Amino acid sequence: MEGGIWVLAEQWRGRLCDVTYELLALGRELADGLGVPLQAVLLGDGVKELAASLGRADAVLYANHPALKDPLPEPYAEALAQLAAERKPRAVLVPLTNVSAGVGSLLGERLQASAVNFCKDVRLKDGRMEALCVLYGGKIEAAIAPAGEPVIFGILSGSRPAEKGRGAGAPAVEEVAVDLSPSQVRFKRYVEPEAGDVDLTQQDTLVGVGRGIQSQDNLELAESLAQALGGAVCGSRPVVDQGWLPLSRQVGKSGLTVKPKVYLAAGVSGAPEHIEGMREASLIIAVNSDPGAPIFNVAHFGFVGDVLDLLPALTEAIQARKA
Amino acid sequence: MNILVLLRMVPDVVEELEIAPGGNALDLDALRMILSESDDHALEQALLLKERHGGKVTVLAPDAPEVDDALYTALAKGADRAIKITDIDEALSARSLCYACSQVLSSLPGLMPADLILTGAQAFTDLDAVIAPLLAYQLGLPHVGIVSQVAVDAAAGSVTVLREYAGGVRAEIEVSLPAVLGIQSAEKPPRYVPVAKVRAAMKSQKIETAGVPVMADGGMALIQVAGMVKPEAAGHAEMLEGSPEEVAGRICEILAARGLLQEVR
Amino acid sequence: MPDPLTHSLLAGGALLWAMTLISLGLFCWKVAAYGRVLQRARLEPRWDHLPQRLRLFATNVLGQKRMFEEPAIGAAHFLIFWSFVFYAGSFWWNLGRALLPMLPVPFADEVAWMALALEVTGVLGLAALAVAAVRRYVFAPPRLEKSRDATIILLLITLVLLSSLAGGGFAYLANPRSWRPVGAFLAGIFSAAGVTQVQAGSLYLWMMWLHLATVLGFLAYLPYSKHLHLLASPFGVFFGALQPGLAPASSEGAWKLEEFTWRQLFSGLACAECGRCDRACPAFESGTPLSPKTLMHDIKMLVRSNGADFAVTREQVWACVTCAACMTRCPVFNEHIPLLIEMRRHLVAQGEVDPRLQTALMNLTRYGNSFGQSARNRAKWTQGLGFKLKDARKEPVEYLWLVGDYASFDPRVQAVSAAAGRVFERAGLNFGILYEAEQNSGNDARRAGEEGLFETLRDKNLAALAKAKFERIVTGDPHTYHALKNEYGRANGVVHSTELVDELIASGKLPALTKLDATVAYHDPCYLGRYNGVYAAPRRVLDSVASTVVEMPRNRANAYCCGAGGGRIWMEDAPTGKERPAEGRVREAAGLPGVGILAVACPKDLVMFEDALKTTGLEGQLAVKDIMQLVEEGSRSHATSAP
Repeated sequence: MEGGIWVLAEQWRGRLCDVTYELLALGRELADGLGVPLQAVLLGDGVKELAASLGRADAVLYANHPALKDPLPEPYAEALAQLAAERKPRAVLVPLTNVSAGVGSLLGERLQASAVNFCKDVRLKDGRMEALCVLYGGKIEAAIAPAGEPVIFGILSGSRPAEKGRGAGAPAVEEVAVDLSPSQVRFKRYVEPEAGDVDLTQQDTLVGVGRGIQSQDNLELAESLAQALGGAVCGSRPVVDQGWLPLSRQVGKSGLTVKPKVYLAAGVSGAPEHIEGMREASLIIAVNSDPGAPIFNVAHFGFVGDVLDLLPALTEAIQARKA
Repeated sequence: MNILVLLRMVPDVVEELEIAPGGNALDLDALRMILSESDDHALEQALLLKERHGGKVTVLAPDAPEVDDALYTALAKGADRAIKITDIDEALSARSLCYACSQVLSSLPGLMPADLILTGAQAFTDLDAVIAPLLAYQLGLPHVGIVSQVAVDAAAGSVTVLREYAGGVRAEIEVSLPAVLGIQSAEKPPRYVPVAKVRAAMKSQKIETAGVPVMADGGMALIQVAGMVKPEAAGHAEMLEGSPEEVAGRICEILAARGLLQEVR
Repeated sequence: MPDPLTHSLLAGGALLWAMTLISLGLFCWKVAAYGRVLQRARLEPRWDHLPQRLRLFATNVLGQKRMFEEPAIGAAHFLIFWSFVFYAGSFWWNLGRALLPMLPVPFADEVAWMALALEVTGVLGLAALAVAAVRRYVFAPPRLEKSRDATIILLLITLVLLSSLAGGGFAYLANPRSWRPVGAFLAGIFSAAGVTQVQAGSLYLWMMWLHLATVLGFLAYLPYSKHLHLLASPFGVFFGALQPGLAPASSEGAWKLEEFTWRQLFSGLACAECGRCDRACPAFESGTPLSPKTLMHDIKMLVRSNGADFAVTREQVWACVTCAACMTRCPVFNEHIPLLIEMRRHLVAQGEVDPRLQTALMNLTRYGNSFGQSARNRAKWTQGLGFKLKDARKEPVEYLWLVGDYASFDPRVQAVSAAAGRVFERAGLNFGILYEAEQNSGNDARRAGEEGLFETLRDKNLAALAKAKFERIVTGDPHTYHALKNEYGRANGVVHSTELVDELIASGKLPALTKLDATVAYHDPCYLGRYNGVYAAPRRVLDSVASTVVEMPRNRANAYCCGAGGGRIWMEDAPTGKERPAEGRVREAAGLPGVGILAVACPKDLVMFEDALKTTGLEGQLAVKDIMQLVEEGSRSHATSAP
């Protein structure tokens, strides 16, 4: 099949990541809008059975190769490039996550095709594909019109609900061959984070702290609030980098993805890397002193003010209510 | 060790970003530029490696407003050589930049062969490409991105890095030198260098300039910015007004209405 | 009466000459050795303003002025000092006479008025020593160092006085003369104890010997002891800082002996370890590792070990709030703050900076403010004023108002700025601000050890000032005030907003102010009060706008710092288990009967005390207000624009 929309299925450690389904949902819309087939590309070593859940697509291209065992951009991009050169898709949707990082750029280079990153959406405008991209940490949104075909879209997680990408039924799976030289980097092992005392993914309530908490001392304000709410404290990358919270409490691109009932973002700016980890919370309440903070784009409720004032006030209000 | 660090200036989002009248670019007058955060980490990592293993650190940066400041600061922090790459259209094409850099690296004497080429894992201006893997591809070198730890084994001529995935999981990856690394965060936060040292560097050291031999027509023609907008920050969230106490009360009501204020388990 | 010179022990004077030469030799040798150590340090000429220095010497060495801040020991020390000086003087007289018998001069105690004077000062001295001993060993104030050397010295002085008085008693018994009441009294006791006249004559000689030997021994011992205070302190005062707390001249910092200046090192030698600095220090009182007294001790050890032993830690260096309470209390004018600033400069040069401080310094460098906000936002606070402030960059004004960082960017202090703006407008002032061209004054960057950053900020501000046209500068920020007045090289033309309001009230430009019916306590800001002596103007202003104004227990030069200075507002506070300075201060205010308002005149004070009210739970009891807010309330009848 030529001229389809391709989605790179993100497979990691034997499982398909949720973002795969998000991209399938998006890809389905584009494919239907253009009247072309939607194909999922599954790359790996001995993971054929994962193709069964990619039913939202019309077909699955499965390439099995030892070099594809662990996700690295070079072999993945090369495999995609070989397949794309033969089968000429119109667009390739690649997840913009740590796992698939770099694949899109290398693929675009290899095919001498347009590549667009930071896409939060791709829509059709007069039969042409246009990407809506997030730039400068969320401060600017740009509509991008790529030229030529294929176009490689790097899609941020959260473009579509994952449920919309899960398909009924198993798709047709075509095994394809790729010619890959052994990787120049040697994958040695995975390093798990130290088991934290708390499993953030099991919490109903999370208080997320960012740079706005200003100092390690002020963490106790967040702790008190988390305790009052029966939840736990987590943090964005800067807070963990400073050593104020352990790695097991990091939420975001390199950290955990959490889906609590309520996420209180305290002093979090809302850069895409963090949003990626918490945007699926049922209720997001954000406090930040910067009225232009991108977190307000994903929050349900927001307050422009001093985090260090609001946290204790909220803790007190909650305790008063319970008393 | 011969380490090259590629630095880039990006818009400083502390300043209000304004959109130029044409609607598809930033208003450059309103803009200040700052060193991209992960590039700062790449520089710090390079300096740490130099302190541990000896050698030289060369920093390169495409010409942009305030880049001299960044380059002199790098020299004051301990870099040995600073090169400013001129004649690059610094608009949103990371791809063009990549082509230009790979040509400069290959053509300037004394740079290659390098043991390590470090740059930030990504910048929020990388609209059409991520630099680190692309640069490696163009130079024919291996690459690892999203790196947060670097251990050099000089005898074996290889480096072992920790590369970040998700959920706090990292992978130990080994690659032979020379290699390109996309640094997510250095082992220590970027060091402080006093103003006096930067001023001293401005007086006593020089920034070399290097033009691009052939202006590559990179990715710029391939994508066009059809329009830029500032997202309506309040468009999504319902903003709460009042004193912290009043807002706290309101939040309590919101939580209670959803049954979220239960007893502490 | 036997002639001391024919006494067998003094025969030929050879033994006395030998003792004198050895004693003086040891003394001079050790003093010279100290001199050589100090010579390794950096130069710091302190010969300027000689008349002022002489006055300082007269007041503080001869007059012992600062000692009287603690009255009981002040009086005692005054007496000990003068009796010692007097005895030292008479010793040289006696020694000279003993070594050179051909001089037609009697011994000191053979001259009637000298004998009386020696007796009176001896008795007073001993009484004072007794008081001092009781205070030292029974009622010791906190932080008084009871070192062994200090004890030895006190004992030696006692022995000097006792031996002289006892000798006088024996002399009287052997040869009664008038003008010697104490001698007569003691003679009576000795005689009752069975001492004969002949024995008395001999015992008198022994006492003279003991006296001379003690003094010679004391002289030799002194420079080898750790209590060089006696020798060094007069020089410390004479070469002291004429204005305490100013940052030292630009340098690259110090951590090794030769990197400090001689005067900074000298502080260690002049220190008597009395503990007044510790008793005044907010960093010490709030439990941080810093003790100014221990710092002086560590410097003393550095000098004594010729640069080998340096025990000062980084935590101690960073804990200082630069309030200058230590330097203001120190009777020997030690230089605690310059020492700490030099050490901070060294740490900054190494890049060893607390991460939060690093952020603040980088923000100052890049944006000219410590808040990390765009310079363009500096004047945003004026939007709520209701009228436009003149842009002093574009039109001439009479008063250039330098608002300051906290007053421009911190939401709590912006209300104070608005109040001040309204007051100036009501008074009909021709005033304006520099809008985005204003930068942080650099005062705290300098005190955090970032000298290069200070210079950059200063130069940018001076450039902006040079372009603007104005008569005087007014600022509500004492840190800005201090920097402009003392460290920018502009001595004249800077007033604090309370000083200006004081003038406006006096000249009738702000008439008929309504007084707030409240009891107000005033907190003297460190950089306005202690550093610059502005105490009266803010009080006069408060008297005009508040019904009852009371003094804090620690007020004026004794005011207790809020803890924000020296860049500490930008640093992490390690938990110490004790109250932070601001918390202690608000409790002090809340403890005053009826006080509902703590009045401040510094943006950082406002911020620190408001936070402290929350952490101490005193929020309902006490409110913090800047004087300008009270003036604004009191001048509402003059309002020409909506408040």
